[in-house]
Amino acid sequence: MIEGAHWRRWVFFYVPVTGFVVALLFPFYWMIITTIRPDKELYRPWNAVNYNPFWTTHPTLEHIHDLLTETLFSTWMLNTMLISLAATAISLFCGLLAGYALSRLKFPFAGTIGTGIFITYLVPQTLLFIPLSDIIRNFKLGDSPWALILTYPTFLIPFCTWLLMGYFKSIPKELEECARIDGAPRWKAMLYIIFPVAIPGILSAGIFAFTLSWNEFIYALVFLSSPEQKTVPVGVTSELVRGDVFYWGELMAGALLGSIPVAFVYSFFVEYYVSGITGSVKG
Amino acid sequence: MARVAMRSLNKKYDEVHAVIDVNLDIRDKEFVVLVGPSGCGKTTTLRMVAGLESITSGHISIDEKIVNELPPMDRDIAMVFQNYALYPHMSVYDNMAFGLKMRKFDKPEIAKRVQEAAEILGIEQLLKRKPRQLSGGQRQRVALGRAIVRHPQVFLFDEPLSNLDAKLRVQMRVELKKLHERLGTTAIYVTHDQVEAMTLGDRVVVMRDGRVQQVGDPMELYNEPANRFVAGFIGSPAMNFAAVRIAGQNGGLWAESEGMRIQVPEPMQKRLQSYAGKDATFGIRPEDLHIATAADPKELTFDAVVEVVERLGSEILLDVLVGTTTMVASVEPTAKAKVHEQLRLAVNPERVHFFDNETEAAI
Repeated sequence: MIEGAHWRRWVFFYVPVTGFVVALLFPFYWMIITTIRPDKELYRPWNAVNYNPFWTTHPTLEHIHDLLTETLFSTWMLNTMLISLAATAISLFCGLLAGYALSRLKFPFAGTIGTGIFITYLVPQTLLFIPLSDIIRNFKLGDSPWALILTYPTFLIPFCTWLLMGYFKSIPKELEECARIDGAPRWKAMLYIIFPVAIPGILSAGIFAFTLSWNEFIYALVFLSSPEQKTVPVGVTSELVRGDVFYWGELMAGALLGSIPVAFVYSFFVEYYVSGITGSVKG
Repeated sequence: MARVAMRSLNKKYDEVHAVIDVNLDIRDKEFVVLVGPSGCGKTTTLRMVAGLESITSGHISIDEKIVNELPPMDRDIAMVFQNYALYPHMSVYDNMAFGLKMRKFDKPEIAKRVQEAAEILGIEQLLKRKPRQLSGGQRQRVALGRAIVRHPQVFLFDEPLSNLDAKLRVQMRVELKKLHERLGTTAIYVTHDQVEAMTLGDRVVVMRDGRVQQVGDPMELYNEPANRFVAGFIGSPAMNFAAVRIAGQNGGLWAESEGMRIQVPEPMQKRLQSYAGKDATFGIRPEDLHIATAADPKELTFDAVVEVVERLGSEILLDVLVGTTTMVASVEPTAKAKVHEQLRLAVNPERVHFFDNETEAAI
C-alpha cells in the first residue's frame, strides 16, 4: 500500500488496480454473458434497435444444455481431468526427486544438469511436437490418453524440477542436517522434514502443472483425433466451430465450464500458492 | 566413557585449506570451546565431528572408536544449530520426540524423556506450540531439549547463542553451564565470542586460519597467551601492543619505543637476553596499567596523553596516546582524568608480555 496523501493513493493505487481488475475480469464477464444470451440476441447486427452487447434481458441455459447433451463435452471434461491429473502426478513425482537431488546432493555436473533441464523447458512445443508425434506413432499410442500423459511431462518435469529446486534451496540445510543427526537416513529426512516444509512449493508446482496440462492445446490437437478422445480445449474448438460457423453460445459455455476446475484449484490453494512463489520458510 | 579425539585432522575445499593438522583430545564430561574469528575453521571442525562434513585426512574418534566413515546418525551425538533448525511443521513435543521416534523408542519412553527434558528447561507449557509461536529464547530451549532427550554421548553446539539479544545471551549462557554440570555430557561448543568461550569452557581452543593456536583453561589463556594472536583475542578490552626495541643498559634490559622506556622486569630478563638490540612487541593488558603513584618505581612508568575517557561505572577506560601508539588503560572509578591531560601510567611488572615480531610467539 502506498503511503501519503489521499489523492496519491487514488492516483497510484486504486485507479491502476481498478484498471487491471476490469481488464482481467472482462473476458470472463464476456464468456458468461455470451453463454446465457439467447441465440436471437447473439446474432443481431450491431446497428439493430435496442442492441446491447453487455447485457441480456432474457438469460437462458439452453447453450449449456446443448453443450452437455448434443456434444461429448462431459467426456472431454473427464479426459482432460484424467490426463491432467496423471501428467501432474508423474511430473510432480519426478520433479520432487530431481529438484531435491539438484539442490541438495553434491555430484559432478549438478549445475550443468540443472541448467540443461531448464533449457529443455525453453524448447517451444510447436517445434517439439513434430519429433514427438513420430515417437507416439512408433509406440502406437496415437489417439489414446497415454499419448498426452506421457508427452506432457516433457515440459512439466523441467518446470516442476526448476520451481522445486528453487524452493528446496530456500529451506535451511540445517533442518535436514539436524534430522540426519537425530537419526533419520536421508530418505526419511526428505520425507518427514523437507517435503512437509516444502508443501507450499509442491502445491504451487502441482497447480501450475495441472493448469498447464489442462489448457494444453498443440499436443492434444496433434495426437488425438477421434472426438471421444479429445480434451476440452481441442474438443470445444474443433467440434463447435464447423467450417466458418461458430456456435458462440456453446463455445463460451464450454470455455466457462472448462475453466471452473482450474479456478477452483487456484482459489482453494491461493495462500499456499502465493507463499510457494515468494518462497519463505522460517525455522 | 565419551572421549573425543582428533588426530592430524585436515579439511581441504577446492582452494581453501580450512582446517590444518588439528590435534585435540577432549576428555569425558569436559566442556571444550572452540573459539576464533570467522573463517578460522572452528565450525568446519565441529561439522566434521558431527559427520556433516567429510574429512580430507586424519581421523576423529568418539569413545575410542574411529568415526570417519560413520554417518551422523550412528555417531551418538546431538547438535544445536545457530538458527535452531526447529522443524517448523511440528509441535515442540514432536520436535523433541523426532530423534527418539527415528530410533524406534516406544511411546511411553518418548513421553517420559520429553517430559523430563521439558522440565529441566522449563518449557512444559510450550509442548503443544509450533516453533513460529515461540520467542528466540524459547526456540533456543526447544533446540536444547531436542538435543538432551536423546542422552547422546557428545553435545555439539554451533554458536547457539549468537541469535539472541545480549541480555538473554548472558542468561542462557548461565543456564547452559548449569545444564552441563547437571548432565555431565561431553560437549564441544563453537563461538566467536571470547567472553562466551571463557565463561563456558573447561578448556578453550583458540583457532586462527585453520590452525589451533593454543589450548588451555581460560585463565591459562588469559595469563599466559602462547602468541600475539591469542593475547589480542582473549580479554576485553583487548591487550595493548607496542613495537619496541630491546636495549641493554647498566646490566639490565630496557624496552624502548617513542615516548616510552621501561625496564624489562627481572624474571623476563633472561628470556629476552637474545633479543638485545632487536625489535619485539610489548604487550600489556588494560587492567595491568594504572595511574602512577609515588610508590611505583620510575623505570616502570611512562607518560601518556588522555584522548578519550569512558566511564563504565565499575572502572574507567582511558584511551591514551603513548608516543604514537594508542593504548587503553583500565583505572579505578575514582580516578580523575580529563581529556588532553598528560599523566603518568605504571605497568604491573608481573603482567608484562613480550612477543617475537616474526613468529608472533610469546617470549
